Amino acid sequence: MATQYGLLFDVTECVGCGECYTACKVKNGLKEPKEDFLTDHLSQHTYTVLEDHDGNYIRRMCMHCADPACASVCPIAAIVKTPEGPVVYDGDKCMGCRYCMQACPHHIPRYEWHSNTPVIHKCTMCYDRVKNGEQTACAEACPTGATLFGTLDELKTEAKKRIAENPDKYYPEVYGMTEAGGTNVLILSPVSFDQLGLASNLPKTALPQLTQQALDKIPAVVGAGSVFLTGMYWLTKRKNQISKEKNHAEGDLK
Amino acid sequence: MKSKIASLFTFWRVVGGLIVISGLYYTYIRFTQGIGAVSNLSDVSPWGLWIGFDILCGVGLAAGGFTICAITHIFNIERFKPLTRPAILTAFLGYVLVVVALLIDLGKPWNIWHAIIMWNPRSVMFEVAWCVMLYTTVLFLEFSPVIVERFNLQKLQSILKKIAVPVMILGVLLSTLHQSSLGSLFLIVPQKMHPLWYTPMLPVYFYMTAIATGFAMVVFESYLSSRAFGKELELPLLSTCGLISVSTLGIYFVIKMTELALSGNISYIFAGDFLANMFLAEMLVGVIIPGAILLSKHRRRNRTYLYTGIIFVITGFLMNRMNVGVTSISVYTGTNYFPAVGEVAITLMIVVFGMMAFKFAVKNFPVFSADH
Ligand code: SF4
Ligand code: SF4
Ligand code: SF4
Repeated sequence: MATQYGLLFDVTECVGCGECYTACKVKNGLKEPKEDFLTDHLSQHTYTVLEDHDGNYIRRMCMHCADPACASVCPIAAIVKTPEGPVVYDGDKCMGCRYCMQACPHHIPRYEWHSNTPVIHKCTMCYDRVKNGEQTACAEACPTGATLFGTLDELKTEAKKRIAENPDKYYPEVYGMTEAGGTNVLILSPVSFDQLGLASNLPKTALPQLTQQALDKIPAVVGAGSVFLTGMYWLTKRKNQISKEKNHAEGDLK
Repeated sequence: MKSKIASLFTFWRVVGGLIVISGLYYTYIRFTQGIGAVSNLSDVSPWGLWIGFDILCGVGLAAGGFTICAITHIFNIERFKPLTRPAILTAFLGYVLVVVALLIDLGKPWNIWHAIIMWNPRSVMFEVAWCVMLYTTVLFLEFSPVIVERFNLQKLQSILKKIAVPVMILGVLLSTLHQSSLGSLFLIVPQKMHPLWYTPMLPVYFYMTAIATGFAMVVFESYLSSRAFGKELELPLLSTCGLISVSTLGIYFVIKMTELALSGNISYIFAGDFLANMFLAEMLVGVIIPGAILLSKHRRRNRTYLYTGIIFVITGFLMNRMNVGVTSISVYTGTNYFPAVGEVAITLMIVVFGMMAFKFAVKNFPVFSADH
């Protein structure tokens, strides 16, 4: 398996300059950059935003889940998890069922609601760059290193190290280690995650497993079902025949 | 008297016509200005009325097709045979309309065939797509003897007769998968759906309630056709359907309540908030009231009681699917989606299409005839 990459976002180091926001707009050729970027929201034109939660800045973007719900639910695999970690999307395949939007636990995919050929939009972890060994545009633009690009293993170690070295500075957990089975975007925060508006009621297991448990039963249902139905058909048919013959026989006696 | 009926009839025609015109208008806007132009769907509520009603309810209401087929052609219970054709017909029409609704709801419907070549077996939606394709074909095969009979094509008739049983078995299996998989669609959103509805048992509950509704629909169709054409199925048969329907719901109710008690979520029922009341209403309308009416043999054998009970079953079913598909999510996550006029207009148009097609078929094909 290829090395997995990811991002580490450290809330305590973010100064709220919005360079990541601008860099992402430029890199992806997205329209409508806002002067007042803190008021922007994720949309078809915006793949990452900064939010101000009482002086703590948090980035919203696709978390690039280890086992992404969005990819697992897409009927035609228009969304896939690449071996390098980024979760990417192919608009030419997409049929627009929007199940990915419904399923994403972090509420990330956005849709073109006013287009006749709508596609999904979300952060791609700059897959074209990552594939070529470069870091993401937002990480490159970040002046303080609050957004850090690296291999997932490195970043996990680094995140834990920072908490261990400065326990007073950090909330004692790394967001993204277990959330819905873990993510490739990790977050360090001085406050609990719900105070940053992050989804904090997620199960520790990957969400696709919930579906898989049901899907796994299909072969058994089909197998047992066809045996049962065929059997019932022969049995009841035979029974009807016998009772008919019996009626005939009784008729003869009379 | 006669002219009164005639004018009433024209009245409904006018209403139907207006609904179709407004539906077509909004469909036109939808395909020229995008889904957002006619709906309240948005990034926070990507699924709404079209999925909750047109798809979830539509497929469920078509469940009569497979339950009756199983009874008449697999369990070989002869006396139910007169129910087969109306049930298959409605199921087929139901599925065709579900596909129509899908084509409107999908952002890029011309890519729908991608599901045939681009596979993702991990996706419930993939399973749903295949079930819709295969089962619509099966339903067509099941109904085709009626068409063949009408045009007197002997040769085709004998071929269809030969494959009838395997086709019926396939139909029951596909329906089982399809009805349950619509529940499985929501297994992936444990944190978004209110605990009164979210449970790993969703596929089982969807299946059970679909069976109950399937039987209820057969009774309901007989009622409709008796009003429109004076053609009706015999009462004892219909009241047995009513009994099967509420008995299935009774079992569902016991399992559902036991599960809520075991998981500790039962206290939510009495939380007194909006969703709790929706849940209570759903259970009252869909299970308790029809149960109280139809478990009595005396009342079941009375047309008015029977039809009333059945209408409760169907209404409760619709409430359940709307609650699972829309309300339990939108209220719980605070997005408070409510359908827009355009969404309602298109949905109503599809319902009217369904009624027109049903009427056409009953008029022109031997659907409600006893001798087959
Ligand atoms: S955050 Fe959402 S969109 Fe991003 S990978 Fe995870 S499930 Fe998919
Ligand atoms: S909207 Fe497109 S990408 Fe999302 S699940 Fe549906 S087909 Fe896949
Ligand atoms: S990784 Fe790329 S696409 Fe994602 S937020 Fe950063 S710049 Fe934008």
